[in-house]
Amino acid sequence: MTARAERMRGWGFVAPALIWTLAFFVVPFLVMGAMSLATLEGRTLVWGVSLANYAELTEKAYLWRAILVSLEITLTVTVVSVLLAYPLASIIAFRVPPRWQRLALLLAILPFWTSYVVRSYAWLLVLAREGVVNQALIGLGLVSEPVTLANTRFATVTGFVHFFVMLLTLTIYANLIQLSPNYRRAATDLGASAFQTFRHVTLPLALPGIVTGAFLTFVLCIGDYVTPQILGGNTELTVPQVIMVQLGRRADFPLASALAIVLMGIVTLAYLASARWLRLDRL
Amino acid sequence: MTRLPALLLSSAAATALTGAAHAQELNALVWCDHTDPALIEPFEAAHGVKVNLREYEGTGAALALLEQSRPGDWDVLVIDGIDVFRAVEAGILAPLDPADLPTGDFFPEVVMAENNSVDGVTYAVTEKFGYNTISYNAAKVDPADMENLATVWSEKYDGRISIYDYYLPVMGLAAMAEGIATADIGPDDLETIGGVLSTMRARAASVAGVVAAQTALATGEVDIVVGGGEWLTAVLAGEQPDLTWTIPEQGAVRWAQSIGVVAGSENPDLALEFVKYIVSPEGQARLATSSCFWGMPANAKAGEFLSEDQKAILRWDSQPDYLARSQLYPAPDADLDIEMQDLWLETLQQ
Repeated sequence: MTARAERMRGWGFVAPALIWTLAFFVVPFLVMGAMSLATLEGRTLVWGVSLANYAELTEKAYLWRAILVSLEITLTVTVVSVLLAYPLASIIAFRVPPRWQRLALLLAILPFWTSYVVRSYAWLLVLAREGVVNQALIGLGLVSEPVTLANTRFATVTGFVHFFVMLLTLTIYANLIQLSPNYRRAATDLGASAFQTFRHVTLPLALPGIVTGAFLTFVLCIGDYVTPQILGGNTELTVPQVIMVQLGRRADFPLASALAIVLMGIVTLAYLASARWLRLDRL
Repeated sequence: MTRLPALLLSSAAATALTGAAHAQELNALVWCDHTDPALIEPFEAAHGVKVNLREYEGTGAALALLEQSRPGDWDVLVIDGIDVFRAVEAGILAPLDPADLPTGDFFPEVVMAENNSVDGVTYAVTEKFGYNTISYNAAKVDPADMENLATVWSEKYDGRISIYDYYLPVMGLAAMAEGIATADIGPDDLETIGGVLSTMRARAASVAGVVAAQTALATGEVDIVVGGGEWLTAVLAGEQPDLTWTIPEQGAVRWAQSIGVVAGSENPDLALEFVKYIVSPEGQARLATSSCFWGMPANAKAGEFLSEDQKAILRWDSQPDYLARSQLYPAPDADLDIEMQDLWLETLQQ
């Protein structure tokens, strides 16, 4: 095979992925970028190069607040999900006998089998004033009156965490199961306590799986519209909710695109911050 | 105006509409109440055609979708009554012959010729209307309190209110509470309206869309929905008769939806037949009691096809009084619309 033919063959293998990326990521991104520089004058879209939509971020407090709310919720969800998922993944990887691990993982991802929207509405019912949680709290004598749980940030975070703990469990488990038990045995032989083994051996080795899962959680959470819309009760708005309002009646695609670009910027920063540990190939 | 922007939206539509040019298929962009088989199947059977329905939310999204579609992709459009002029400006609606429309049988207040026509040419016809007012649980609140907007969002009901998640009707109600007519709302009124919204917002447990508001009311999460109405509680009334609605002494905001034929339709005759079916007494009765949401039929003769129970839920006999005490949705121009939307979002983020 000539060098030219070999090059062509190489391009042939790469072409599908390249075309896919160009068609479904690069071109839409460029369109969105161009749209964010256009303006809506009255109800007419005017193409051009204007930073007016980005300037609105500094002029309208509710837009900044939406970015802040999105970041607060996303960081809370990511941290809580990691704290819950690591022990679960660790138990499945190290405590559950290998022949039962597949069943344990299957049980762990059961919530994925339910519709995302249905699951969110189910949480709304569970957290309602007359829902299961409040009935339990009153039944146990912990509170005398129902506590407001639904339509709050707590509800939004709960709905997200329920979903993302499953995702993180998978990525962390995939990492932990690859660790040779000899590392932990060696640490124990050298006199390390269980905590020291975790702190200095297992955790550093598991970091790629944790960071990969945390990054995916961050990306999916900050761009999600459904959960805050259903569970948050619009008591505060995230960026995706504000984007939807811009599109719904006024079709303000330029401002919506600018907000989407800002979200992309935040995700890029999150990527750069975690790139050192990211191992997407391990998914 | 360029056609590039809604490429993102239209790609899905183009896929969904493969075969749209088939002679015996009608493509309609509608609200969810038109997707009830009990409404559509009689038309399909009578004409031997298939009606393809696509739901949308928000006039802006619908117009963007239509502007990016190929001529002939769509045949029928259902649209908010106050936004017909926007569709006409965009060249989306085809003229209708008023002689084809039974508007003489309509409740006079909802013919709304000024909304459905531009420069004397009719482009749409009102098909359904109702009220954005106060829905409540009669077993949990004092019905007498619901007769005055000031007591509805008073301290007495702190945390027991949900606000319907659409700024135009809710801001219309806020304006009426302050004695401002919805048709007269201007930039100078926004400070006053904003004050009412803040009070409302401070008392509210949530700001909810249709399903979330129904869920909140049905589960006891809240006892009052500001901006609700028959469209919110009618489908719940069978199982929970305490869920009801009223028009307070300050009045209510009236919503209306219109239907028209899309310009460039490849089936204009069939599209017109569909419009005529929807505004016929039989079609109107079915549309009024759609499984998605109920609302008053524009055609008063639909009453002949509704049961007494259905008419009772719709408050048929009270319509003359309700129509007299209600005002149409605020219909802001583009600049005022931005200001109103900004005020709404600022209030939600408080």
